[in-house]
Amino acid sequence: MAAVSGEPDRIQLHWQRPGFALAVDFVPAPGAITVLFGPSGSGKTSVLRGVAGLERACKGRVCMAGECWQDDAQGLFKPTWQRPLGYVFQEPSLFAHLDVRGNLRYGLARNPAPQAAQALDAAIDLLGIGALLARRVDQLSGGERQRVAIARALATRPKLLLLDEPLAALDLRRRDDILPWLERLRDELRLTMIYVTHSPDEMARLAHTLVVLEQGRVQAVGPVAEVLASPASPVLLGEDVGALLQGHISQRDTQWHLACVAFEGGQLWLRDSGLAVGSPVRLRVLARDVSLALAQPQATSIQNHLRCVIESVHADTHPSQALLRLRCGSALLLARVTHKALAELKLQAGAVAWAQVKSVALVH
Amino acid sequence: MATLPLTAQDWQAIGLSLQLASLTTLVLLLLATPLAWWLAHTRSAWRAPVSALVTLPLVLPPTVLGFYLLLAMGPHGPLGRLTLALGWGTLSFSFAGLLLGSVLFSLPFAVQPLQHAFASMGTRPMEVAATLRARPLDAFFTVALPLARPGLVTAAVLSFAHTVGEFGVVLMIGGNLPGQTQVVSTQIYSHVEAMAYAPAHALAACMLVFSFAVLWALSALNRRHTRWLP
Repeated sequence: MAAVSGEPDRIQLHWQRPGFALAVDFVPAPGAITVLFGPSGSGKTSVLRGVAGLERACKGRVCMAGECWQDDAQGLFKPTWQRPLGYVFQEPSLFAHLDVRGNLRYGLARNPAPQAAQALDAAIDLLGIGALLARRVDQLSGGERQRVAIARALATRPKLLLLDEPLAALDLRRRDDILPWLERLRDELRLTMIYVTHSPDEMARLAHTLVVLEQGRVQAVGPVAEVLASPASPVLLGEDVGALLQGHISQRDTQWHLACVAFEGGQLWLRDSGLAVGSPVRLRVLARDVSLALAQPQATSIQNHLRCVIESVHADTHPSQALLRLRCGSALLLARVTHKALAELKLQAGAVAWAQVKSVALVH
Repeated sequence: MATLPLTAQDWQAIGLSLQLASLTTLVLLLLATPLAWWLAHTRSAWRAPVSALVTLPLVLPPTVLGFYLLLAMGPHGPLGRLTLALGWGTLSFSFAGLLLGSVLFSLPFAVQPLQHAFASMGTRPMEVAATLRARPLDAFFTVALPLARPGLVTAAVLSFAHTVGEFGVVLMIGGNLPGQTQVVSTQIYSHVEAMAYAPAHALAACMLVFSFAVLWALSALNRRHTRWLP
């Protein structure tokens, strides 16, 4: 659903409110998920509402899908209903006076796009809600409601899907129910999405492009792996700072129930989660799970060792600690070690070291 | 009904009461719905004074409202001059005048339940509708009004019942003209003045049963109303 012609996609918004100023400028990744990440009160939802045209006081310029929806310098402001977008609110916000089918058809009936009915059927199928159509919305579980809300938004064939912490109102188990559906959405529809969350897990799992917001400003923006491996990330992410690796399952060891993930720069063994050889996966390696050795470690319980070059050394959130950027091939890892250890091992930027990776999380 | 000692004039009063209440309810729903919507959502500085004005009939003695209306509708009042200029004659002591008075007098009973219903659903349903391509007016009729149904029902029932029960305003601006402005409440008054207690009893009992039935029905309706689910 990339821009066909005309204006390039770009979102520039500013909004002055008492005690809060928003000023953002970013380009969402076409056909992929852009995650707006930040603590609560950082302005994530305000950005989303601004893009949707739900806040008239939010000024600036919003160009998406090859057309400008808002350009206050030109006096252009399309109201929400004229913007070809879908919006999934934090609470499912289904219409209580309609059943599931009525909710899904609401957008469809007002949608000028051709093949909208097929879009709805596809969304019902994609989100697995075919059995719920005749239900009243108060008979649905929280997870089911949110899936209906997502399908309702998709039925309008939006060119941009906005999701405002769609999992925040759900308990942990329901979140795990919905995340795979969101991944299907991302992989099958190639729809441009802006996804607001404050959960590092959701961000690491879904983001293509990451926009980190704090106090109404963009602190970092770029491909998710790059932003996560940037020196600024500890400030933004605190304890959860870590690198993201893209790879695929290269082999499986049935004797020890392990799977090997190959990425550009090496390979890592992790628990076999049953994925077939060749499946693309995303790995999250937290900085606190990476330690360094001068030579390839022998006689250690840690199985994963990667030869890497220390690219740079940065201050961490605590004065005792340093955050190191390690380059393994074309991939970047982060390691959190003490300054004392760095001094004793005489490690500095440019040195070669072995990274021992204690644990790896499969995020996709 | 044969056991009820009601005269033709009594039946006429009952008919007129029902006619007046039905019309008043209809006019009020048309008038109060947009007004309640505006009161529930506006941030205008006019909200507070308009809200106070709408609530005024709730605390004002009906005779005061009736008195001012009588003056306004009279041949020298602003409304009277307007209706005379339009060739309609004056509204005082006519059914039309009674309707106008009833609408004003019952306005808070229609506006408040609706305003409460619109305010409690918040702006989210309308926002959702807008993201689903609904124009504001379309969203109002297909989302806001259906969701405000309990408020609409309460407003209609209260307006109707309150109009049936009004007395002071009717007496002030209607006179008590049989067939034109004589409704049940004023007819009971006439019976009592004439020491005709039997028909007064019958009409009063009708009113009592009616009022009780209305409140019962209202409470039953409100118990199974649908709410906006967050």
